[in-house]
Amino acid sequence: MLRAFGYWVTRYRRTWRGSIVINVLNPLLFLIGIGAGLGALVDDNAPAQIAGVSYAAFFAPGMLAAAAMQNAFLEGSAGVARAASFGAYRSATPTPLAPEQLAAGHLLFITFRLLIASGAFIAVMAAFGLVGGWWALGALLGATLTGVAFAAPAAAWAVGVRKLRHIDTVFRFVIMPFYMFSGTFFAVSQLPEWIRPVSYLLPLWHGVELCRTLSLGTATVAGSSVHIAYLLALAIGGFLVARVTYRRRLHP
Amino acid sequence: MVSKPPLVEARDLTKIYPPRGSTAEFRAVDGIDFALARGESFGLLGPNGAGKSTTMRMIAATSPISGGSLRVLGMDPMKQGPEIRARLGVVTQDDHLDNELTVRENLHIYGRYFGLPRAVIRDRATRLLDFAQLQEKAGDPVETLSGGMRRRLTIARSLINEPDILLLDEPTTGLDPQARHILWDRLFQLKQEGVTLILTTHYMDEAEQLCDRLIVVDHGRIVAQGSPRDLITRYATREVLELRFRLDERDTAAEKLRTSVLATGGTDTDGRVEMLPDRVLVYTADGEAALGAVHAMSLTPLTALVRRATLEDVFLKLTGRSLIE
Repeated sequence: MLRAFGYWVTRYRRTWRGSIVINVLNPLLFLIGIGAGLGALVDDNAPAQIAGVSYAAFFAPGMLAAAAMQNAFLEGSAGVARAASFGAYRSATPTPLAPEQLAAGHLLFITFRLLIASGAFIAVMAAFGLVGGWWALGALLGATLTGVAFAAPAAAWAVGVRKLRHIDTVFRFVIMPFYMFSGTFFAVSQLPEWIRPVSYLLPLWHGVELCRTLSLGTATVAGSSVHIAYLLALAIGGFLVARVTYRRRLHP
Repeated sequence: MVSKPPLVEARDLTKIYPPRGSTAEFRAVDGIDFALARGESFGLLGPNGAGKSTTMRMIAATSPISGGSLRVLGMDPMKQGPEIRARLGVVTQDDHLDNELTVRENLHIYGRYFGLPRAVIRDRATRLLDFAQLQEKAGDPVETLSGGMRRRLTIARSLINEPDILLLDEPTTGLDPQARHILWDRLFQLKQEGVTLILTTHYMDEAEQLCDRLIVVDHGRIVAQGSPRDLITRYATREVLELRFRLDERDTAAEKLRTSVLATGGTDTDGRVEMLPDRVLVYTADGEAALGAVHAMSLTPLTALVRRATLEDVFLKLTGRSLIE
């Protein structure tokens, strides 16, 4: 697993500078644009409507979780499908590494990337005074877990994908709606009542809730346990399926 | 003398791909037997889709077998895949090099997959770059290499673990003649050094140069095996006369030849006439004499060429088709 991880790190060493700039710039733009810009409008017109905090403090952890989802999904689907079709998996298949180890190594690298990207995001939040202290560490782990819960099932599916446009389709029709209905930009309680139960089933909602309660310091052991259990189940389940699908694709 | 167990031994080896979507079940390899001794160079010869690559993948322990038995280096590929792969070198049809990394980094990463210590990889990489004549390119990104260089790098990469067997799946397909000759030269050197080669090819000249022994496969089955010379003696004649006729003359000429002594053999019992879309092949012990006989039939070919029989002729005889269609 570490040998497969080592490959991705070697590649990352060539691009990490650019990638970190994006990791910092992205949350910065979102927090200025939506947090400060749209937030000013929201706070002026509907003060204390959501969770009793400023809109920026509400929105930032939601975006943190959603960004982790998006990064993890893209790396876990397009990244994996490319590696399986003509990339790293192909060159590693004739070596002693087993398909299961390739899956584990790649997911480990995605986890590492999520830690860096979420860490940068939280650093920007801290600079805006939106999170602080040990809660920041909690939010970092929460966001990373949210990402892995998407990356593992995505990889399990994408290793068998031969047409990259299928990934576009899933991104548009599955991942994008998650943004809207998981309480990223507004609380689920603002949605019509009949749609709320759907939201509670969405993995991103659990990720958003976990990150938001941790960053606002309102997390409870019971609530967080449910979210963590749900996300862990997806991550572990995804990995177990990936072990099977990786072998099927790489050792036909 | 103690006889050593074969390096690779297949008995009734079979591979069936299960149906997928709209494609039906496919029997890619249909019960083949062979054994390969150490130091031997072994070739799988056949057209596209004959089951060559599938056989290679099963030997490489990257595709489970569906039936029969297979032992590689005395081990079972179904149970000891990683142990087998640790001792093989594999050159797949596509290079699968990492374009974004340098030549040396590609070797390094690959060596790490085998768990080799960094210092060992560094030493071997230097030697292998020499061998592949890529010293000057060591620091360049792979995307700047030519096709021939990429192939040489792929072969160098496959040698990083000092394998007992080197598997090459169509090593020179898609290369220009000059690049192919450089590659053959490198492979011949490996063979001289005692590396056991298994290669698939649909180039006859490649098989003749590199293989001590061949199996000819078609539709997943073995249709003949032996050394290249052996196969030519057994399935072809010493010489071949190639004739081309004017279009309007072709059919009548073909008909005359088909019913002539050249086709039925006469004194030369192996005589045979083969019609191809663009030319007629006359198999004979003596090409010049056969050409004399053609002229005696008052046929006037546009061109006439006497050449030695090759594996191409063997394949034509065995399957009724040419190799590259």
